[in-house]
Amino acid sequence: MAIDLERPWRVGRQVALRPEPFGALAYHFGTRRLSFIKTRKLLAVVHALDEQPSGRDACRVAGVSGAEMPAYERALETLAHSGMIEEDGR
Amino acid sequence: MSAVAARAPRLVDHFEAGLDAPICLTWELTYACNLACVHCLSSSGRRDPRELSTAECLALIDEFQRMQIFYVNIGGGEPTVRRDFWEIVDYATAHDVGVKFSTNGSRITPEIAARLAGSDYVDVQISLDGATAAVNDRVRGVGSFATAVRAMERLTAAGFRGFKVSVVVTRENIGQLDAFKAIADRYGAQLRLTRLRPSGRGADVWDELHPTPRQQRLLYDWLLERGEEVLTGDSFFHLAAYGDPLPGLNLCGAGRVVCLIDPVGDVYACPFAIHDAFLAGNVRSRGGFATVWRGSELFQALRRPQSSGICLSCSQYDACRGGCMAAKFFTGLPLDGPDPECALGHGASLLDLLGDREVPRPAADHSRRKPSRPQRACDESPLAGLEVHASRKAS
Repeated sequence: MAIDLERPWRVGRQVALRPEPFGALAYHFGTRRLSFIKTRKLLAVVHALDEQPSGRDACRVAGVSGAEMPAYERALETLAHSGMIEEDGR
Repeated sequence: MSAVAARAPRLVDHFEAGLDAPICLTWELTYACNLACVHCLSSSGRRDPRELSTAECLALIDEFQRMQIFYVNIGGGEPTVRRDFWEIVDYATAHDVGVKFSTNGSRITPEIAARLAGSDYVDVQISLDGATAAVNDRVRGVGSFATAVRAMERLTAAGFRGFKVSVVVTRENIGQLDAFKAIADRYGAQLRLTRLRPSGRGADVWDELHPTPRQQRLLYDWLLERGEEVLTGDSFFHLAAYGDPLPGLNLCGAGRVVCLIDPVGDVYACPFAIHDAFLAGNVRSRGGFATVWRGSELFQALRRPQSSGICLSCSQYDACRGGCMAAKFFTGLPLDGPDPECALGHGASLLDLLGDREVPRPAADHSRRKPSRPQRACDESPLAGLEVHASRKAS
């Protein structure tokens, strides 16, 4: 299922992020799964989700270019699939 | 573990250079154990009088929280025999430190099972080394299979889904992989297979119990087919030399992203390396665990590029990266040489070549003393050796 980046998103309620030189480690306390956020820019996107009205806006403020969008969309989709980010019912 | 990337840089370089805090930390709470498994990594049995107090354990958890260590793998010994075990677990989960603990199942009562099922933050790993009592009990002791099964039944009955069934793969149980999977499936659990290491008491049985090369190849194929369905704790990364890597980080994380804190607070590079050569420090020292993790000379050295020694010319070195440091060390192989179970057979050849050799012994042995054989009373007697033939005089 493709991710709807026009919707608002946020970091999962049971998820903790630990910043690392490469990006961050993300841990989901509910599923006990660990994921790697492999770039700092992706981490910036994830951090921006909470304040931005949509996933696409979060990408824009984090500096994701048009050419990079497909890759970031896929990365966010993977994060959504594992529950690391979730749709925000704002 | 799932990988998330826009463009993939070499994550493995970051890991090999070490992180500010471990990803995977094993914390053994006690050397006390009600079993005496022949392959015990930590040679457990008797409690050590110097074990960390409750207050010290809770302070260590505070430190884990500050370092953002998301979860710890608690083991032992049998950790549940500590009277403060649940206090420690509850304190950890209340401080954002998830817990997975390994147990032989002997203390999993229906009440405990219900309590565990009610917590998202606690995971349980039941140790099982045979899919039948006959195979399991030869390694773990008489009655231990029944104990583990009873614990699994109770966890399932309480509604705990997805606990782990953890198996050390041996020459004797490797034919039971499908049966282990069936057991895990029956209890709604997840199967975890790990490697037999020549560490602790494992050193004494490794020669006879480690899988043969043919078995090892079958194991690799079996694991590859099942993908992320079966967990391995990155245990078999040395088998990547057969071809495709198995799921996981595929590197030796010792002192880089992994470490062990033992019951007396000693910090070792990994759970399989309880030896002075891999001792980085103690959590009781000034600066605590964080200082040991970030500053110890040993860990700094492990985080620098390692020499690949005689493996340098091997076409598969990038795949297996020389294998497991502890397995090499405790079989007497050079650390910059092949793993004793090198997929290409280089380790086995080298072991043959070296023949009889001195192998390092673990730093500590907490095994319970062997049941004492009936001793002849005269061995202890001050009169032992004195020939007295008084009784004969009457005859």
